[in-house]
Amino acid sequence: MSVPIRRRRFAAIALASVAVLATATACGDDSSDSGSSSDGPVNLVVDVFGDQGFGYDDLYKQYEAEHPNVKITERGKGLGLGDYNTRLTQQITAGSGAGDVVALEEGTIVQFYAQADKFVNLADHGANDLKGNFLPWKWEQGSTPDGKVLGLGTDVGSMAVCYRSDLFKAAGLPTDREQVGALWPTWDQFIAAGQKFAAADKKHKFVDSATNFYNVVLMQTAGQGTGYTYYDKSNKLVIGENPDVQASYNLTAKMIAAGLSNNLQSFSNEWNAGFKNGTFATIACPAWMTGVIKGQAGDAAAGKWDIAKAPGNGGNWGGSFLAVPKSSKHAKEAAELVKFLTSSKGQTEAFKKLGNLPSSPQALADPAVVDATNDYFSKAPIGKIFGTGASELKPVYLGPKNNAVRTAVENSLRAVEQGKSAEEQWQAALKNGEAAGK
Amino acid sequence: MSLDLHAVAPPDHGPERGARPAHRRPTSLTRLDLKYSPYLYVLPFFVIFAVFSAYPIAYTVWIALTDRSPLNATISFVGLDNFVELITDDPQFWNAVVNTFGMFLLSTVPQLLLALVLANALNRKLRAQTFFRMAIAMPIITSTAVVALIFSMIYAKEFGLVNWVLDTVGLDPIDWRANRFASWFAISTMVDWRWVGYNALIYLAAMQSISKDMYEAASLDGASRRRQFWSITVPQLRPTIIFTLIISTIGGLQLFTEPLLFTSGSGGLSGGSEGQFQTITMYLLDVMNQRFRWGYAGAVALVLFLLIALMSTVNYLLARRISSDK
Repeated sequence: MSVPIRRRRFAAIALASVAVLATATACGDDSSDSGSSSDGPVNLVVDVFGDQGFGYDDLYKQYEAEHPNVKITERGKGLGLGDYNTRLTQQITAGSGAGDVVALEEGTIVQFYAQADKFVNLADHGANDLKGNFLPWKWEQGSTPDGKVLGLGTDVGSMAVCYRSDLFKAAGLPTDREQVGALWPTWDQFIAAGQKFAAADKKHKFVDSATNFYNVVLMQTAGQGTGYTYYDKSNKLVIGENPDVQASYNLTAKMIAAGLSNNLQSFSNEWNAGFKNGTFATIACPAWMTGVIKGQAGDAAAGKWDIAKAPGNGGNWGGSFLAVPKSSKHAKEAAELVKFLTSSKGQTEAFKKLGNLPSSPQALADPAVVDATNDYFSKAPIGKIFGTGASELKPVYLGPKNNAVRTAVENSLRAVEQGKSAEEQWQAALKNGEAAGK
Repeated sequence: MSLDLHAVAPPDHGPERGARPAHRRPTSLTRLDLKYSPYLYVLPFFVIFAVFSAYPIAYTVWIALTDRSPLNATISFVGLDNFVELITDDPQFWNAVVNTFGMFLLSTVPQLLLALVLANALNRKLRAQTFFRMAIAMPIITSTAVVALIFSMIYAKEFGLVNWVLDTVGLDPIDWRANRFASWFAISTMVDWRWVGYNALIYLAAMQSISKDMYEAASLDGASRRRQFWSITVPQLRPTIIFTLIISTIGGLQLFTEPLLFTSGSGGLSGGSEGQFQTITMYLLDVMNQRFRWGYAGAVALVLFLLIALMSTVNYLLARRISSDK
């Protein structure tokens, strides 16, 4: 039997190469846990973003205690929105890798309308019964035009101005938050107050950056005007035609020309250092920004910050949704978790933790929210300041490539901060915005 | 009867036919083994190559001919439209090309010259020779991201080390991200800090294989150190110089991490407020991840590939002249 030895060797080689092939192809196979039987242990992965996350830690513990078979893992705390969204887009398109529950930000959820078939329609899990738990415009944002429920709302941004009362005092401006709010009924008066501040205080700037100012102004102007920004509601790019965009740009250019901007790129190291070193006196302040300020400025600045009403008439910037991708092996359990986290109780808890303003009218009426004050911000009644007006807001429609176009305009504003002509940069913003939104 | 015949016939031929396979199968198998099993030995490489290189390349070519985007429900074939738009109607792309070549020249030329000089110095007898040789290679083990982050702080506008030094000697601080040339310079220093040592080490290794006799003969003929360097060392290093040039070209044209992390905070892929330091790879990702035009990004990738191939050829032709003139 000398033959079989050769044959065996041949077989061994064949087997080995098959094994190599098999392992190579196995890479594509998602070897995940335990299957979807609802009795077995269920691991749910929740993807969030932002330096502070979503403030859900205690809620997870509570949910796990109530559902002994569920284990929750959170990913993404500390990840910037841009990076998070890039990764999520790829995972959703590829149909694997995303968490069982994913957070979608206001500016990016529109982009996923086109991929609604990659998400579980939460209406299939009883979400429609919960419609009354959300502000009407928030509910509308979370649903696709053809009525699928893509995501349930977590928080809304609302709008205010956070200011350093110690710097205001030194510059001879009022420090009481009512009087400060009365100082700027309009944005023009806000700029006038800034000029007064700049005349008295040469060391500090009035505003952190032009882009934050611009985004807040745009969302407010669009909310009261056209109801959309760079794209109209049929997803046509109208950056050049929408008067709200140009008005907001011009107002921001005026603010820069008055020398009020600290020229800090938002979310950069220098911006963070600006909080720590206290180089600017005010910042446009959606509710979630209070968490950012507290995290960046730290304990040393406790009690120096305060919150006043924003110029103009309310507005919203930011806020998120929770959704369940189809790739989840535990869609049912994940949908239940989404319902729990976005319930008025869940939203109230997250508010207590990080100050993210609830999107649920019941939570907004909850004494825990209405009467909430923030010690860090000189005991400012955050529930009242942010909650007032949040329910009357009109939604602003953001198009699918909103972030790309916004970046183009923001870049132009940064160039103006760096000393370029505002008029030329407006033309550049139009050109680059068109290219980005193509 | 016919049935019978059939039944009988096989036993007739049976032994013969049965015997043939018994004798032949091993030989034919051996032949198969000899002929085909080598292919199996090299198969793993080709499988991995196919999965991780050939397929992605082929897919990039395909996707570049479509308008694929996660925002589109359907994919349609658009032919060469993406390439036409890219070449004729995309100032941002050409801006990125200029930036990439600018930074490539600004970093590679001093980098290779400096490496050559350093290697030459280290090729002499020195105290603590090994220490110095190790020391110049140290930056290479530092992560690019860390280098970029630290240099970004050094070049920060408000509290940066360089601006602080400029301030103390009475010069105006520079906004390193606002000015095109300043940003190129800052990024080039990051690249060079990291790669000079690596190239020097490669040159050093090549220098050590140059025969000492040549130098002895040259010094007997009265050639100075400098003359020896240009007339012996550099020509002898020609293949090595070509190698480093090609590697630097590939790396330089794919410059990404340093300029990306040079912006901290949001909007890093834009490479500055007016794209002052946006490179081709950054633009590629901008198109892919911000604008979601995957087909167009595929076209950018292929044009980048062609540019690298072109530049490598040019470099090769230039480098070939180094010693053939002499």
